[in-house]
Amino acid sequence: MQPIIQVKQLNKIYPGGFHALKNIELEIRRGEIFALLGPNGAGKTTLISVICGIVNPGEGQVLVDGMDIVRDYRQARQRIGLVPQELSVSIFETVWDTVTFSRGLFGKPRDPAYLEQLLRDLSLWDKRNNKIITLSGGMKRRVLIAKALSHQPDILFLDEPTAGVDVELRRDMWQMIRRLRDSGVTIILTTHYIEEAEDMADRIGVINKGEIVLVEDKNSLMQKLGKKQLTLQLQHPLPTIPAELHNYNLQLSEDQHQLIFSYDSDSEHKVIVNLLRKLEDLEIEFTDLHTTQSSLEDIFVGLLEETA
Amino acid sequence: MNIHAIKAIYLFELARTWRTLMQSIASPVLSTSLYFIVFGSAIGSRMVAIDGISYGAFIVPGLIMLTVLTESTSNASFGIYMPKFSGTIYEILSAPVSAVEIVMGYVGAAATKSLLLGLIILGTARIFVDYSIAHPFWMLGFLILTAITFSLFGFIIGVMANSFEQLQIVPMMVIMPLTFLGGSFYSISMLPPVWQTITLFNPVVYLISGFRWSFYGVADVNVGLSLGMILMFMLTCVGIIGWIFRTGYKVKV
Repeated sequence: MQPIIQVKQLNKIYPGGFHALKNIELEIRRGEIFALLGPNGAGKTTLISVICGIVNPGEGQVLVDGMDIVRDYRQARQRIGLVPQELSVSIFETVWDTVTFSRGLFGKPRDPAYLEQLLRDLSLWDKRNNKIITLSGGMKRRVLIAKALSHQPDILFLDEPTAGVDVELRRDMWQMIRRLRDSGVTIILTTHYIEEAEDMADRIGVINKGEIVLVEDKNSLMQKLGKKQLTLQLQHPLPTIPAELHNYNLQLSEDQHQLIFSYDSDSEHKVIVNLLRKLEDLEIEFTDLHTTQSSLEDIFVGLLEETA
Repeated sequence: MNIHAIKAIYLFELARTWRTLMQSIASPVLSTSLYFIVFGSAIGSRMVAIDGISYGAFIVPGLIMLTVLTESTSNASFGIYMPKFSGTIYEILSAPVSAVEIVMGYVGAAATKSLLLGLIILGTARIFVDYSIAHPFWMLGFLILTAITFSLFGFIIGVMANSFEQLQIVPMMVIMPLTFLGGSFYSISMLPPVWQTITLFNPVVYLISGFRWSFYGVADVNVGLSLGMILMFMLTCVGIIGWIFRTGYKVKV
């Protein structure tokens, strides 16, 4: 199936000479949740801004469902909704007026029934006649989402959607994003909350210094790069690792009370059982054991260090 | 053509006018009424008629022009500056709208508002002075052309401005003096010959002269020239706006 967004050899150099995007190659699949991770200033917002038409593209090409974002900008942009990072919204307007405005701006005829349902879904219906200036920050964020969805786009960009949002709203937002995905909307979100990507995304892209460092299925990424460790608390200190155990990737703690076994998360389960049997044979007793798995954050930090 | 978008921008901008009714309508009407009372009724009754027109009636076209010029400029400039200032311009830039549609929305709304204001002031003037309109069709034509032209001009200022101060500087420091010196309150034939020549470099002279002709059939400069000057200024503004959107100047990097 044709990807819904194709970015080909995209470069962006700002007037001051800052090379914000370097030869970006990226494909977003239809109906997925794609998380774009990267530190501040990595190029996340620039990439989104180019795709959405806010920033002029440099060299290269971006296709939205096969349509060029420059040549066929009308058709391309009609498909896209954008929730910006900043809370930019006309504060003197009412919630209802601002979503009606957004729908019209994107070329759609009035549809009060759809907008009512949208505001109800976002718990904004009771506030529809309130001026935006009277709303809390979290509510303003919801208004921005309502505006972005007012023209029924099938691609939704969320630039740092949960920055400065309380726990409850964040949970609501995650639920809403999943509902949207279930209804067929493709979602691209940028974040630097790793757990957000870990929780939500189907695929993950990492961008650093204007370059895409990696694009990978989330599960396979965590499997591939994820390391597991089994730590055994020993009853008696062990001066050295016995020769019989040299086949295993083992380390001994300085106090000689901990034996640490590192293995890949996709290793066969048997490997642990075998190790434990060997320890029993060697009469090495342990009082406790626990395993840890590297999080996406560890993977992410590792990747950035590699590319630094 | 994205008609829904033009309508959305147009209605959004007009809604801003209704939200700020006192500032947008009441205040210009009040200040112009004061001009009519002071210059038209009080001082005007002691002045001699100009070209056979009583002084009170003579200043009506000039005062309407003064309002239409300043209001068109400040409305349109504010309309496009605000989204730039508040960041909401992201939505306009990401929408499936062309430059022409954006300009039609913003400039259309600003011109509509100042046109309405001009007509309200025309009606208000009736309370204070007696005047006649010799060419109503041309009167309306001049008014509409001026409102559109100066709304285009205001749009340019709004795009270029970097602060609220810069936004207000042009209407206050340029439009107002040019209008006062452009024959709102006098016929340029009353000036010494040297100043008559210098005044001809003031574009507002042509607007007021043409507009006054539509009322009383007399003009300082040829009516065709007045019309030509307005159209030329309009085309210049359209050209600059075209360049702004082509290059993205101050709107898009």
